[in-house]
Formats: sequence, structure tokens, C-alpha cells
Amino acid sequence: MNTDFFALGGHGLYVWGSYLVTALVMVVEIVLLRHRRRQAVEILQQEAELAEEITKSNESTS
Amino acid sequence: MNFYHYAAPATFYPLAGKLWPWFAAIAALLGLIGLYIGFVVAPTDAQQGEVYRVIFIHVPAAWMSMFIYLVMAGYCALGLAFKTRLSAMMASALAPTGAMFTFVALWTGALWGKPTWGTWWAWDARMTSELILLFLYLGFIALQSAIEDPRRADRAGAVLALVGVVNIPIIYFSVKWWNTLHQGASVSLTAAPKMAETMLWGMLIMALAAWAYAIAMSLLRVRAIIIERERQTEWLVEALEAER
Repeated sequence: MNTDFFALGGHGLYVWGSYLVTALVMVVEIVLLRHRRRQAVEILQQEAELAEEITKSNESTS
Repeated sequence: MNFYHYAAPATFYPLAGKLWPWFAAIAALLGLIGLYIGFVVAPTDAQQGEVYRVIFIHVPAAWMSMFIYLVMAGYCALGLAFKTRLSAMMASALAPTGAMFTFVALWTGALWGKPTWGTWWAWDARMTSELILLFLYLGFIALQSAIEDPRRADRAGAVLALVGVVNIPIIYFSVKWWNTLHQGASVSLTAAPKMAETMLWGMLIMALAAWAYAIAMSLLRVRAIIIERERQTEWLVEALEAER
């Protein structure tokens, strides 16, 4: 690879530091978003199971 | 197309699910083209050397940070005025992406400022008001998550967001109103651009990529918020089943 391309006239640290951190926060945003969705679906499923158990136990006692 | 039809979470949820992959694909494609122009096609700047290449993310991120706030405040106003559930959810869905772009604008500005101005940071009007914008986003997110009842959280967040709108023209016009270290606008609707054409194209394509990214992220996030808030509804369980 061309080392000049990465050195960017001695300003490589500033330029790549900008681009890398931007990429990093975008990845963090996507990971957090996936986590949020998964958690929301889990809570929904737990509540649905709980509701099902309650109706079952009501049926067996009545 | 009936606007009110899509204003219901039950119809918007599957629509957002169909739309987000397109916006994500457009963002990736335009991002790659923009980076190619920014690093391969665009020449070295005569005054700044190579460090100017930071603007290909700095300027689009700064634009998005302000624009997302305006859209978010617009949804907040709609939610307050018409009590539409979806507009409040859209406002909450936009805030984290807006905060992300604000952080990127500040971070890349600091990294560009050090070699160009000789300082990472200055308390000038442009930078200080952009920092306040970050606090407004974070304050909005924190306030909403601190209130248990979603409807009250929406209302409190909306009031905060609408009061904070005053900061947007301050950011935008700060370089005109005050003598700031930050330079004036690089692109203006009324004057010829002050930069080479390839640089301008690179920046505009990156701005479009940032748009598409923000739309994809907010559509994905509003879907998660709909699951959180509408989980007692029959249609949502069916919609989730259908997606599997």
C-alpha cells in the first residue's frame, strides 16, 4: 500500500482519527439499536407467556 | 395515499420495516462514493493541505445535527397539538441519531481545529452553541427515560425540545452575528461555493449518505419503540410472528 495515502502529509492522525471515531460511534449506535429491539421483543414474549399461564391456571381452578 | 392511515403505529410498523433496508443500502452506497471522491478524486487543498478532508464528515454531520433537531421538534409540536402517538415516537427515535451526529461534528471539528487553528477547542459562539445542542439532545433522552408514563414523558420531552429550538438559528447564524474563530459557511444558497467542484460534490454526496443513514436509523428505532409501547396489542404479536 502507498504509505503517503495514510500519512496524508503529516495530518494522518487528525484525518483518520476523525473517520475512525465516526465509524466507531455509528457501529455503537447500530449495536445499541439491535439490543433495544431484542430487549423489547423479549419483554413482550415474557408478558405473553405470563398472560397465558394466568389464563391456564384460571381455567384449571374454575 | 392517506396520511392518517400511516400515522397509526399498526400500519407504520410494517411500512418502516419495508423502507429501512432501502435507506441503509443508499447510505452505504453513497457513503462509499463519497469516500472515494473525498480521498481519491478530490485534490489536496492549496491552503490547508490534507487535513481539510475532515470536512467530508464534519460539514454533513453538523448539518444533520441541526436538521434532525428541527425535524424532532416538528414531531414534538405535532404530538403536543394532535396527541398523535406516532409523532411522539418519531421524536424519541430521532434524538439518539441527532446526538450522534452532534458528537461527530464536535469531535471532527476539534481534530481539524488543532492543526489548522492551533487549538482543539475555543469557547466561540459556533462551538459553544453546538455543544449546547449536544446537551439538549442528551437532556431530551434523559428526561424521557426518567419519566415512567410514556404520555407524560412525551409531553415533557416535547416542551424541552421546543424551547431548545431557539438554539438552532443561533448555531446557524453564529458565524455571521459574532466574530467567531469558526469560519463562515462553506456552502451557501445565495453565493457561489468557495471550494473546488470535486470537494463540493464529495461533501454533498456524504451529506446525502448521512441523510439516508439517519432515516434508516430512525425507522429502525421507531420500530423498537413501537414494540416497547404497543406490546399489549394483538396486531403487534401478529406482525412479529409474520416477520419470523
